[in-house]
Amino acid sequence: MHSDVWIAGGGVICGIGNNLSECMTAFKHMEPGMAHMQYLHSVHRHTFPVVEVKASNEMLAGWTGMSAKLSRTALLSRVAAEEAWQSTGLGDIRKFRVGFISANTVGGMDKTEDFFAEYLQDNSAGQLSQVIHHECGAITELVADAMGIRHHISTISTACSSGANALMYGARLIKNNMVDVVIAGGTDALTRFTLNGFNTLMILDQAACRPFDDTRTGLNLGEGAGYVVLVSDALAAEMPAGKTPWCRLSGFANANDAYHQTASSPDGTGNFLAMKGAMDMSGIKPEDVSYINLHGTGTQNNDAAEGSAIARLFEPHYPPVSSTKSFTGHTLGASGGIEAVFSAWAVKEGVIYPNANFTKQMKELPFAPVTAFSSGHQLQHVMSNSFGFGGNCSSLIFSKSAQL
Amino acid sequence: MNIYIQGTGCVSAQETSKGGAFPEDILPWEGPRLKASEPDYKQWIDVKLIRRMSRVIKMGVAAAQLGLQEAGVQKPDAIITGTAYGCLDDTGVFLSKMINQQEEMLTPTAFIQSTHNTVAGQIALMLGCHGYNNTFVHKGFSFESALLDAVMILREGQSSTILAGAMDELTNHSFNILSRFDLYKKEPVTPDTLLNSHTHGTVAGEGATCFVLGTEKGANTKVKLAGVTTLYKPGGKAEISADIAAFLAAHQCSEEEVSLVITGRNGDASGDEWYEYVETQLLPGKPVACFKHLCGEYPTAAAFGMWMGAKIIAAQQAPAAALFKGHLPGEVRKILIYNHYKQTHHSLILLTAC
Repeated sequence: MHSDVWIAGGGVICGIGNNLSECMTAFKHMEPGMAHMQYLHSVHRHTFPVVEVKASNEMLAGWTGMSAKLSRTALLSRVAAEEAWQSTGLGDIRKFRVGFISANTVGGMDKTEDFFAEYLQDNSAGQLSQVIHHECGAITELVADAMGIRHHISTISTACSSGANALMYGARLIKNNMVDVVIAGGTDALTRFTLNGFNTLMILDQAACRPFDDTRTGLNLGEGAGYVVLVSDALAAEMPAGKTPWCRLSGFANANDAYHQTASSPDGTGNFLAMKGAMDMSGIKPEDVSYINLHGTGTQNNDAAEGSAIARLFEPHYPPVSSTKSFTGHTLGASGGIEAVFSAWAVKEGVIYPNANFTKQMKELPFAPVTAFSSGHQLQHVMSNSFGFGGNCSSLIFSKSAQL
Repeated sequence: MNIYIQGTGCVSAQETSKGGAFPEDILPWEGPRLKASEPDYKQWIDVKLIRRMSRVIKMGVAAAQLGLQEAGVQKPDAIITGTAYGCLDDTGVFLSKMINQQEEMLTPTAFIQSTHNTVAGQIALMLGCHGYNNTFVHKGFSFESALLDAVMILREGQSSTILAGAMDELTNHSFNILSRFDLYKKEPVTPDTLLNSHTHGTVAGEGATCFVLGTEKGANTKVKLAGVTTLYKPGGKAEISADIAAFLAAHQCSEEEVSLVITGRNGDASGDEWYEYVETQLLPGKPVACFKHLCGEYPTAAAFGMWMGAKIIAAQQAPAAALFKGHLPGEVRKILIYNHYKQTHHSLILLTAC
C-alpha cells in the first residue's frame, strides 16, 4: 500500500444538470429538479414527482455517439464517464492501464420491461436486442468498449450504496498497482421496476422530498450517473500543465447493519461503523470533518438512523451537513458516484451545498442541515455517506492534497 | 502474504452439498438444462424464511454455511459475493406482476429480494456480521472480482477471514430467453458426450459456491489461493497464451510445476478452441480436468471449477469423470484454472498445495 489515491477529475449528469457546471448553477440558485415524469412511462406519472435527466434517449445518443436504442443507463453512464475523463486533461486514454468500475442496480431493466410485456404474451415474442443488455455488467461493457477501456472492468451492485463501493474497489486496484487509472462511480436510469418497487415499500413522497426535516415522508427517485477519476501518486505528479488533482480519497469503509433486509437499525449501527471506519483509515477525528454529504434520502427510517449515528459519533462538534438528494432525488446506484463528485469538488472549491425544503427541525436530533449555498470555505475533509438495502453502508472521505 | 482456503461449500448439479470430499458418483443428466441438487435447507435456515426465499438465496446461504462449517469460522470479517444475474426469480415475479397488473396492487417481497446484494445481505443478517459486505455483478467476472477484492482486503492486514463466493440461478424465464440466443445444444447430450460433442452450444447450469479465505493456515487447510486475474476480450489465442505465461511467471510458477490444468470446456466447438490451443500449444502433455459437464455453463461456473481444484489438491486425487486428458501425477502441487465465458470474459486462478 504505497500509493495514495487521488481524484484527478470527475463528471456527472443528473436531474439538475447535464454536467458538473450546470449542477453547481442549480445549487447556487436553489433549483431542485423534481418534476412530473416526461420520459418514463408509468401509470404513476401524476402521483409521484421524479428527478429525470432533462434529455431524451435520442439527445443522449447524439451527445455520446451511441445508439438511442441502448439502455438509458448506458447512455447516462457514457456522458458522465466521458466528462470525468476529459476533466483530467490526461489525453489519450489508451496510453494508460485503465480500469472502469461502474455500479448500477438494475442494468438494462428499462429495455427488459418493454421486452417482458411482449414476452409474457408469447414466450417466443419480444425483440432479443431489448434484453441482451439486461445484466448489470452489460451496461459497464457498453461504455468501456465505447471509451476503449479493457484493462480491468467490473460492476458492483449493493443497492443504494453501489457507487461508493465502486470507488473503494477502484482505490484498491490503484493501491495494488493493477492499473494506473480507475474511472469509478455509478449509473442508473429511472425504470418502472424501481418506481413500483419503492412504491410498494410506501417510501415515495408525493411532494418534493424533505431530507432531515421533521415532516419528511419519503424519497423522490432520480436518475443519472457520476464518476471520479482515481489515479496513483505517480500519475498525479504527471498531470498536464494547469491541472492538479482535486483532492485525495483518504479514507473509506463499508460495514453491514445486519439488522433487516431493507430497514436501517434505529441507532444506525452500520452507518456508524462505516463513518468510523472511514475516519480511522483517513487518520482523522470527528472534529476534523469539515462537511458531510449525507445519504439523506428523506425517508423516516434512513434519516433517523443516519442522524442518530452522526449524533453519536460527532457529539458535540457537528460539522455542516446536507443532502444533495433534496436536489437530485435518489439516483440509487448512481448516487454514491454523483455524491462522490460533489464531495470531491467541495474539497477543491470550498463549497457547501444546501439542503432544499428544510423547514422543521427533527425532534430527535441536535443538529440541522445547511440550507444555503456557500463558498470560500477551507474544507480539509469531506465525508460522503451511502447506505442501502441489504444493510450495506459505505462512507468515503475526500481530503485536501496536503498530507496530515 | 499467503492466502489460504480454509473452507469450501458448494451447491451444484452434483451432490456437493453434503460437504466433505468430491462425490464419488456423478449425477446423470440429459438435455440442455442442469438443475442444482439442493440440500435440505432446514439445517441452516428457519422454515418460515425458507418459504419466502428464492432458490438463489437458499443455495447461497447453504454454500456459505457449508464453507464456514468446514473452516470452523462462525463470523467472517467480510462477505463478498459475485452474481451475474442476481435474484432472477424474484425479478421475474415482480416484473410479471407489474406488467400483468398494470403497476397496481403490487407487494414488496419480490422487489426487496430482487436486489443483487440480497444473498450477501442475508448471510450478514443470519450471521450478525457487521463487516465489509460487497457484491460484484459483472457477467463472467463476477466471481473473480469477488475473489480479487477479498485478496486485496486480506493483504491490507486488517481482516483475517473473508467469505467469498458466487451464485447464479436458472429460472424458467431465463432458460427460455437464453435458449433463444442459441446458446444450448439442440441434440441430446449427457455428461459422457458433452465435452466431445464438437457441435455448437452447451448446457445451462446453476449453483452456489463459497470459500472461506484466510491469512492463517488452519489444522485442516490444504490449499492456498496463489493468484487470480481477469482478461477482457483478449485479441486472440496467442494473446491469451502469453497472458497465461505472464500470470504464471508473476506468481513464481514455472510451466513444469503445474500439476494439472482445469479448463472450462463446455462442449461448444468454437469456445473450446481456446482451451485446445492453450492445452496443446502452451501446456502440452499436461493432464487436463474439466467441470462444466458436471455443473453446466453459467457466468459464475468458474467458482465450481475452483472448488473442484481445491478438492483435488486436498484429496490428492481427481474424480475419474473430471479427467479429460492424461493422468494425474503422483503429487498434485499446483493447479491452473483457465476459464472463459462466451469467449469474452477470460480468467485465471492458481491454486497451490500447502
